[in-house]
Amino acid sequence: MALDPLILSRLQFAFVISFHIIFPAFTIGLAAWLATVEGLGFATGRAVYRRIFDFWLRIFAVSFGLGVVSGIVMAFQFGTNWSVLAERAGPIQGPLIGYEAFTAFLLEATFFGVMLLGRDRVRPGVYLLACCMVSLGTILSSFWILANNTWMQVPIGHEVIDGRFIPTDWREIVLGPVMLIRWLHMLLAAFLTTAICVAATGAWYVLRDINRAEARVMLTWGLGLAAALIPVQMYLGHLNGLYVYEHQPAKFAAIEARWKDEQPGTEVWLAWPDAARQENLLAIETPGIGSFIATGEWDAPMTGLESFPEEDRPPVVIPFFGFRIMVGMGLVMLAVSWIGTLLRVTGRLETSRWFLWATFLAFPSGFIAVLTGWYTAEVGRQPWVIYGLLRTEDAVTPALTTTDALISLVVFVLVYGMLGGFGVRYIYKLLREGPSGPSGAASGAYGSRRPFARADGPGVTDRR
Amino acid sequence: MEIFSLAHLWAGIIAIAILVYVLLDGFDLGVGILFGMTRDEAKRGPMMAAIAPFWDGNETWLVVIGASLFAAFPAVYAVFLSAFYLPVLLLLVGLIFRGVAFEFRYRSERMRGVWDFGFAAGSTMAAFVQGAAVGAMMRGIPVEDGQFAGTSLEWLHPFPVLTGIGLVLGYALLGACWLVLKTEGAVADWARGMVFWLVIGVLAIVGPAIVAALTVDMSPGLTQAAERFGMLSSLGAAAGFYALLLLVACARLRLDGALYPLGALFFAATFVALAGMMWPYMIPYTLTVQDAAAPEASLRFMLFAGVVVLPVVAIYTIGVYWLFRGKVASSEEP
Ligand code: HDD
Ligand code: HEM
Ligand code: HEM
Repeated sequence: MALDPLILSRLQFAFVISFHIIFPAFTIGLAAWLATVEGLGFATGRAVYRRIFDFWLRIFAVSFGLGVVSGIVMAFQFGTNWSVLAERAGPIQGPLIGYEAFTAFLLEATFFGVMLLGRDRVRPGVYLLACCMVSLGTILSSFWILANNTWMQVPIGHEVIDGRFIPTDWREIVLGPVMLIRWLHMLLAAFLTTAICVAATGAWYVLRDINRAEARVMLTWGLGLAAALIPVQMYLGHLNGLYVYEHQPAKFAAIEARWKDEQPGTEVWLAWPDAARQENLLAIETPGIGSFIATGEWDAPMTGLESFPEEDRPPVVIPFFGFRIMVGMGLVMLAVSWIGTLLRVTGRLETSRWFLWATFLAFPSGFIAVLTGWYTAEVGRQPWVIYGLLRTEDAVTPALTTTDALISLVVFVLVYGMLGGFGVRYIYKLLREGPSGPSGAASGAYGSRRPFARADGPGVTDRR
Repeated sequence: MEIFSLAHLWAGIIAIAILVYVLLDGFDLGVGILFGMTRDEAKRGPMMAAIAPFWDGNETWLVVIGASLFAAFPAVYAVFLSAFYLPVLLLLVGLIFRGVAFEFRYRSERMRGVWDFGFAAGSTMAAFVQGAAVGAMMRGIPVEDGQFAGTSLEWLHPFPVLTGIGLVLGYALLGACWLVLKTEGAVADWARGMVFWLVIGVLAIVGPAIVAALTVDMSPGLTQAAERFGMLSSLGAAAGFYALLLLVACARLRLDGALYPLGALFFAATFVALAGMMWPYMIPYTLTVQDAAAPEASLRFMLFAGVVVLPVVAIYTIGVYWLFRGKVASSEEP
């Protein structure tokens, strides 16, 4: 594989978006969690909620900061590296990103300042409102970006004039059924990621026998939320699969590692797909299930990759394993959240050390699922950048040189490596210190000592 | 005719967004530049505190500009970003380092020096690149078939380098005005003292820039720019010049409240002068507002964002500035 601007741009895009999505996946959920905790504190006046809030706010501040700076990079990638895509699809993608900037980014960025530093300047109700606005901003942001990406996956509501994509039906583009399913799948993915992180943090404190009051709230909420959301998420995932089956048959065949046309379709549970020989090695498979999952009938015919022209076939290994890892993480979450809720109901949650360990170790499951889910969707879409209409290789900036692309890739890897490394370390430090740690007691974010020392209003007196 | 007026409306909205960006992120980038000129933690703390609640919202206007261009003038977005591939990389790296500094510097003792350096250097780099881009635009950008057709170091010439330095000094000036407004005691005095030198600096760059334009950097683009220096541009330049003089006078007279508005006036006037030279080009001197406009269906769909959402944004942005009004308390120092 020669190093050309195309492959370098693809690597760079994959790298910077993978770095970026880790933080939104966490902050979308955290923003909602913080708004919830602040609301609980507002309604009940219990001090434990305030301590939990202040603790997660510090972590939110670090990850939100990293989300913002890596996001700003994303906003320019389309023009720097994919200028043909930007020029041709700009009439559709531009307004979607535009709405994201106008309705979401400005909202979250502006109220983020209030959330971090405004506690002692506003009434508690206004502060709660600011938390809700940040959360709303992150949710809107995911909405518009998913509309954008969904249009690239399943382009609808447009006509092509002189090679440019002209929108004809915005309703279809923004509110199409595929879009709504994918958006909810992503939104729940973010909520689940955070729920599991919150629960894992609680489990960690119980294992170390510190911060028990806060840990109990985190475990209850984290596990409870995950238990409620994961079945919905699995169902949405199934609907997602159906859309892939209908609109992107080549991707579907790649996810299933189905090389030949079959009737009935076999479900390959696990295997090593061998692209050179076009077959699966070491396959564990069951005939019939493949057809049933996609169509509800046991013997429906299924299209294999052989039916697609060679130049239209996506890679197989990444979508195949990406999908299975995502589903596997979903099963992990299902097990952890349901067993945990069962243990809690029977009052054995905080004494079952094996389970607390399992919950703690499940910490990264959400991040893994989000990344592998996106890899499935994006690599499976190849060789198209706009499915069926514009190839990735035709979308790259024509004036881009190999040197420039290489420089930027190396710079991003170095800079993100450094930031990611320290960011994760600081977050780890905050988590280890816990709600009663020195950062909490002494100084707040941005060096302000005062926001955390509000003496009036609800939230400080513990009524228990 | 419809497309005509919609495209112009969007060019206007984007022009306003650029001006808002320059006036807002200008002061916090400027504070970052000044941050690098002192090693005194007693100054650095209040400097950070004076911009901490605002920087994120301010910087987001850059995304608003990018996204609006992408939406309303996709060809401009595509050409501009591919023409400035390496400068944009520098800009982004600068913004990254200054952005994370706000959190990171308080999370680490040993690394604080690194994040502080990143904050100052990142702010300076971001300002320089933006100024250089303006200079390079004035020299003109080659375009073929709606795509950039130059080389990657096309922008690196004496004239853009000078405009880059000019904007660094200009933003630092705006930052000093902001500090006078938001801080007190030693920091405010120091910032007030800087105003004079920064005005001298800005004026001292204009001269060499003109000389460079006329001699070593004599490009057809700059000749065009000079020819387009009409009535509007002269008025803008004159207003900018007087704003600077008034700024120095007010700093001497300690009319603190007047400094930031005058700094803003200087930028607004300069902006008008530049706009007068570039109009109706969006990519000088190849793509005009009309050439580059997105189809009507896109502009119309976006209209709601520009006409309804933007005023709402203005309201809550002003609200948040109002919320954090007044001087940063000295107890807010870290
Ligand atoms: C599903 C979620 C999601 C996805 C797939 C993306 N983003 Fe993102 N982005 C967010 C969710 C998000 C967010 C939750 O809104 C962030 C993350 C943390 C944050 O600070 O805001 C954000 C920040 C963020 C910012 C900074 C906004 C600000 O200043 O507040 C920009 C410019 C982008 N993103 C742009 C992009 C682009 C161009 C993407 C795709 C190519 C992208 N994001 C993928
Ligand atoms: C946030 C989670 C996302 C992840 C982890 C992700 C991951 C990836 C990966 C791995 C590729 C490379 C595929 C390949 O080249 O084989 C890719 C391609 C691409 N993705 Fe995404 N993606 C995400 C979201 C998005 C979104 C929201 C958009 C658009 C709005 C987008 C636009 C693109 C484009 C334009 C390409 C083509 C360039 C390329 O092939 O590298 N992606 N993505
Ligand atoms: C367990 C059952 C699940 C099924 C059947 C499932 C199914 C799918 C399918 C078919 C796709 C590909 C859609 C496409 O190509 O566009 C997908 C994407 C994705 N999945 Fe899942 N999923 C499941 C669980 C999860 C879980 C637990 C998470 C995260 C917590 C998750 C996060 C994602 C993400 C972030 C994407 C990429 C965005 C998208 O394409 O919508 N999934 N999922």
